[in-house]
Amino acid sequence: MPDSLVIKNLNASIGERPILKDFSLTVPKGEVHAIMGPNGTGKSTLSKVLAGHPDYSVQSGSALLDGEEILGLEPDVVARAGLFLAFQYPSEIPGVTIANFIRAAIVARQAKGAPFDAKAYYAELYAKMDALKMDRKFTARFVNEGFSGGEKKRCEILQLMMLKPKYAVLDETDSGLDIDALRIVSEGVNRMRGPDTGFLVITHYQRLLEYIVPDRVHIMWDGRIVHSGGKELAIELEAKGYDWVKTELATA
Amino acid sequence: MAEIDENLAQREAIEVDRSKGDFKYEESYAFDAGVGLSASVVDYISKVKDEEPWIREFRQKSLKIFEGLPMPTHWATTDLDNIKFDKIRYYLAKGQKAVRTWEEVPDDVKKTFERLGIPESERKFLAGVEAQFDSEAVYSRMKEELEKLGVIFCGPTDGLRDHPEIFRKWFGKVIPAGDNKFAALNSAVFSGGSFIYIPKGVKVAQPLQAYFRINAENFGQFERTLIIADEGSEVTYMEGCTAPKFETATLHSAVVELVALKGAKIQYVTVQNWSANVFNLVTKRGVAEEGAEVRWIDCNIGSRLTMKYPGVVLRGKGARGEVLSIALANDGQHQDTGAKMIHAADDTTSNIIAKSISVGSGRSTYRGLVHIPKTLKNCRNNTECDALLINEHSRTDTYPAISVRGQKNSVQHEASVSKVSAEQIFYMMQRGLSEGEAMSLAVNGFVNDLVKEFPMEYSVELKRLIELQMEGSVG
Repeated sequence: MPDSLVIKNLNASIGERPILKDFSLTVPKGEVHAIMGPNGTGKSTLSKVLAGHPDYSVQSGSALLDGEEILGLEPDVVARAGLFLAFQYPSEIPGVTIANFIRAAIVARQAKGAPFDAKAYYAELYAKMDALKMDRKFTARFVNEGFSGGEKKRCEILQLMMLKPKYAVLDETDSGLDIDALRIVSEGVNRMRGPDTGFLVITHYQRLLEYIVPDRVHIMWDGRIVHSGGKELAIELEAKGYDWVKTELATA
Repeated sequence: MAEIDENLAQREAIEVDRSKGDFKYEESYAFDAGVGLSASVVDYISKVKDEEPWIREFRQKSLKIFEGLPMPTHWATTDLDNIKFDKIRYYLAKGQKAVRTWEEVPDDVKKTFERLGIPESERKFLAGVEAQFDSEAVYSRMKEELEKLGVIFCGPTDGLRDHPEIFRKWFGKVIPAGDNKFAALNSAVFSGGSFIYIPKGVKVAQPLQAYFRINAENFGQFERTLIIADEGSEVTYMEGCTAPKFETATLHSAVVELVALKGAKIQYVTVQNWSANVFNLVTKRGVAEEGAEVRWIDCNIGSRLTMKYPGVVLRGKGARGEVLSIALANDGQHQDTGAKMIHAADDTTSNIIAKSISVGSGRSTYRGLVHIPKTLKNCRNNTECDALLINEHSRTDTYPAISVRGQKNSVQHEASVSKVSAEQIFYMMQRGLSEGEAMSLAVNGFVNDLVKEFPMEYSVELKRLIELQMEGSVG
């Protein structure tokens, strides 16, 4: 499938410990897929493995981004191929302003030596910050340094909106957000929904999915998807709790 | 020696950054003092320059001091023992007179400086330029309007001969020959450098620049700079330096003396980018009289070993001294840098901000000295030294020596060591930056607040050098 992110029979581990076990999932462009599951089931590992984090090793399987294998590539190559990861815990980069950071990321996507249109860049940056209700003074702050949880997540979504990836993986974007921030962040994501982008939203709670309404919901347990359904599955899961997954789905 | 050869081989692999300076054209020299150091070599230099007896005596006395002083390996690195003084050439020159137009510069030398972009910078933003090639300046020119105002910008030979009433009084006084072994060596064989005098009240808006180029192998460059800013005057002086990459070690040992008279301001900017075979052992000190300000901006990117601790003697009431320094030690390099602040009058303030970055097996050392005696009042010092480590085996050491006495003085000292973590690099790479770009962004972020203080042209150049260094350091 050329217009999809196709993960097939992926086995990955950290150190000796296997985490992803024959994990398979397809996210077509234009759709929002949610992965729900209890802690420690491998949700964050999935996002790191896709992004090429050096701490994880892949034993077998494949991940095709529009038909191109991304497993085994350097993280920056994966990023430039079109995969964006909104981090659960984004790193601080002291001394580097948000404006310069996003600019560097855009320049990294351009041909070497190509001119950079600073005026257009700032116009777009400001427009997107307005949409996320971020103060313009934010551009001069250092990336994630001294940010509140909500500011960090907004900053991740700002980067997502500026870099316009083909596929975005949102790792627990709702953690640490109050209801207002959750609404704003979700609006940002919803604005980006469209035929050119696929989303994989990883979350522990159903709450986020009230704002970012998914096309498909997948339940993850012990390193693989054990159940898939429509958006109503999230509500069912919320009602029945993860024990339901443990007793009924995991053994199925 | 085997270990050193290995280091050299390793450096070969990572040294993409020095391509700009790493070239040389074949040279012939009209003046050559031969190999090795002796009283007759020192005399040869004096004779070639047709110096007065007192300078000859100063040189010979300095040579004796040099010979009598031990190598400072008891506190500094033993790598100093690898300098072979008897294998070095101490004086090489094509001629004795610097010309005043680029057209007159000999073709091969001109080609060198054109490749380094010097004439272009002069046209763009400089008030005056001096270009030194091995032992002597080959080109020296200053804007005419400055000449009319009485500004002097020449070399030590011309300065001491034509304006002894100005320069002799301070020459060798801020840094006496016996200050340290390498100051003594410089005092014995000095040649080239800048002698500058800014008359009372003259504020030179654009910087004066000197460019030092080592072109010959097994060569020692010993320039001598003396800047005197008369009462209420202001000047910014910038120096740059490069050398091709030779197989053997090269020595650069300068002495720089600054004198800021009452209410004057001197800003001295260095971007040191010697190739990784150069021993860079430099003594720099300024005197600040009443209400005067001496500011050192010192960036060390290149060299095999740099030992340099710019200092300010705060001699007059209300004088200010500042050292802002950045050191980047890549594989095989050791940047041993720091600052000295000697408070010798009331109401004096000093500020030291030193940032160092160690990459791979690179090593950075900070040595600081702050002295405020108890007889003084209202003196303040602020010292911040921050180290950034890029890899597991990078190394940084801090040796602050602060002696502040008396109830009415204050000192503030902060030091930090941070690391660029694997998570930070991953985060940046996830945004599409290569590993090298990610590291250079982290490093530029680390030095960012300091670089803002630098003259524009230099902050751009510095940023570019850091990027090249960091990209070159990634396999």
